[in-house]
Amino acid sequence: MIWPFQRRPAAIRTVAGLGEIQARFKVEHAGFSLDVDLHLPGRGVSALFGHSGSGKTSCLRCFAGLDRPTEGYLQVNGQLWQDSAAGIFVPAHQRAVGYVFQNANLFSHLSVQRNLDYGLKRIPVAQRRIALEQAVELLGIGHLLQRLPGKLSGGEQQRVGIARALLTSPRLLLLDEPLASLDLKRKQEVLPYLERLHAELQIPIVYVSHSPDEVARLADHLVLLEDGQVRASGPLKETLLRADLPFVFEDDAEAVVDGLVSAHDQSYGLLSLQLPGSRIRLQLPHGPLPLGASVRIKIKARDVSLSLQQADDSSVLNLLPARVLDWINVAEQAHVLVRVQVADEQLMARITRYSFDRLSIQRGQSLWAQIKSVSLLSAS
Amino acid sequence: MPLTHADVAAVWLTLELASLTTVVLLLLGTPIAWWLARTDSRWKQPIGAIVALPLVLPPTVIGFYLLVSMGPHGVIGQLTQSLGLGTLTFTFTGLVIGSVFYSLPFVVQPLQNAFEAIGRGPLEAAATLRAGPWDAFFTVVLPLAKPGFVTASVLGFAHTVGEFGVVLMIGGNIPGKTQVASVQIYNHVETMEYAQAHWLAGGMLLFSFIVLLALYSGRSNKRIWQ
Repeated sequence: MIWPFQRRPAAIRTVAGLGEIQARFKVEHAGFSLDVDLHLPGRGVSALFGHSGSGKTSCLRCFAGLDRPTEGYLQVNGQLWQDSAAGIFVPAHQRAVGYVFQNANLFSHLSVQRNLDYGLKRIPVAQRRIALEQAVELLGIGHLLQRLPGKLSGGEQQRVGIARALLTSPRLLLLDEPLASLDLKRKQEVLPYLERLHAELQIPIVYVSHSPDEVARLADHLVLLEDGQVRASGPLKETLLRADLPFVFEDDAEAVVDGLVSAHDQSYGLLSLQLPGSRIRLQLPHGPLPLGASVRIKIKARDVSLSLQQADDSSVLNLLPARVLDWINVAEQAHVLVRVQVADEQLMARITRYSFDRLSIQRGQSLWAQIKSVSLLSAS
Repeated sequence: MPLTHADVAAVWLTLELASLTTVVLLLLGTPIAWWLARTDSRWKQPIGAIVALPLVLPPTVIGFYLLVSMGPHGVIGQLTQSLGLGTLTFTFTGLVIGSVFYSLPFVVQPLQNAFEAIGRGPLEAAATLRAGPWDAFFTVVLPLAKPGFVTASVLGFAHTVGEFGVVLMIGGNIPGKTQVASVQIYNHVETMEYAQAHWLAGGMLLFSFIVLLALYSGRSNKRIWQ
């Protein structure tokens, strides 16, 4: 039953800003403050990354309208949800958001089916952009519909939570560490579904996480939060390699590279990837994947070394032509991080200062990047 | 016939009083319990204490103040008189009002516990699924708090059935009007009709036991008394 006395939702004002999300939140609590000013792309996955206590979840709750920042402005692809200067605050239940909670937060008194219906039936038919069958299929929960949430595993609950949120046809999907409460096996179970969301839906997603791998795997845009402030915000690959923030992910500088599956060597168990827009290929030990599939890989700076010649007598599989862009000194004196361009992608190489001087590395110099290890983040 | 006509009338009156009181208590107690469960106001503790007063006060104290305030010179009395209702002392309506005060904590506290146990999570989920506050209350809070409502109703009803002091103070002992079962037992004992008293008293003992047994077997009742 839908409660009949619900007030008609206030008309939501539209403003210029199609294709982007603008968010400015200021929250002051005892012992905590959040002060962020974000410009996020109007589609794709934006990750809010930071330690616990950095303000990620507070920020997400402001997006949803679950918390009301003392000062705030929020515009999502032209829909104005908050403008405290004009006295506008659209309450949570009138915002077209989908929210996936850290602990799924399903209604324990309703079956999975009725959990899904709960949001769906509150959306006028004309505004529905995703059908029940579609969401059920996307998240692979068809066999769970008659069960009660208490009978589901953590991973299943999370998938139902995501489907439930999608069925409200949101204009913005918010995910609050959806994998944090799951063990590794369950994480692996849910991650592919998150990738499908990314690949198959046009809805912008804001994804809160403190896991570097999740972020590297899913995000297009990275926001680095620290003590309630934005430390950095930009496209994922660029931001990971930003010279002033070499250690976005703590101890390791790393690069994220997208490639296309171009071949698989059955006898050696090697998968070949082609870097888009080039003929450069990378190989890594992996089972076969469909040809042409787009995959994302992670290359740590410490796994990349530089050489002036194309050494073909090395055990290192991947030897790629590279050009030096710039470098920064690492806090400890012995190492230098060198940023190089390979095709359209950028990598970081962590080499000793001694080698740096011996190779007399200069900007624009052409050399070879040896990549000792590549890890696959995703296949979609 | 072990029960006299007056006994049967008293039993019926008791059931009528307890039913009506329970309905009023649920309507009144739900918003109070909701507020107590949700608020951060500095009034939470004082209001909570006032609600809990009947747990510790002698019923005669509640009865006395209600008698005074509902009497011709009391605040409530003046109000009801100016509305042309006369005074409520020694009326059935007066008894309902007295019983509502008397049994308030037995309804508010289980409800408050139930609401607190639900927490904010389901409400926030409902909000992000486009349910407004009223919608969420009726579709999420009520079903989740159902055990709390059952406990509150049973305790409110049973406690009102067992009321004596308040009734005697504000209702007196008018057959068919304010003479409830507990008062009738008192009458029987006063006039040395022990056999009659046994029938009513034994009946109430059995009733109370069955109610509590049903409640305790229905679910574990850890939360009722917290």
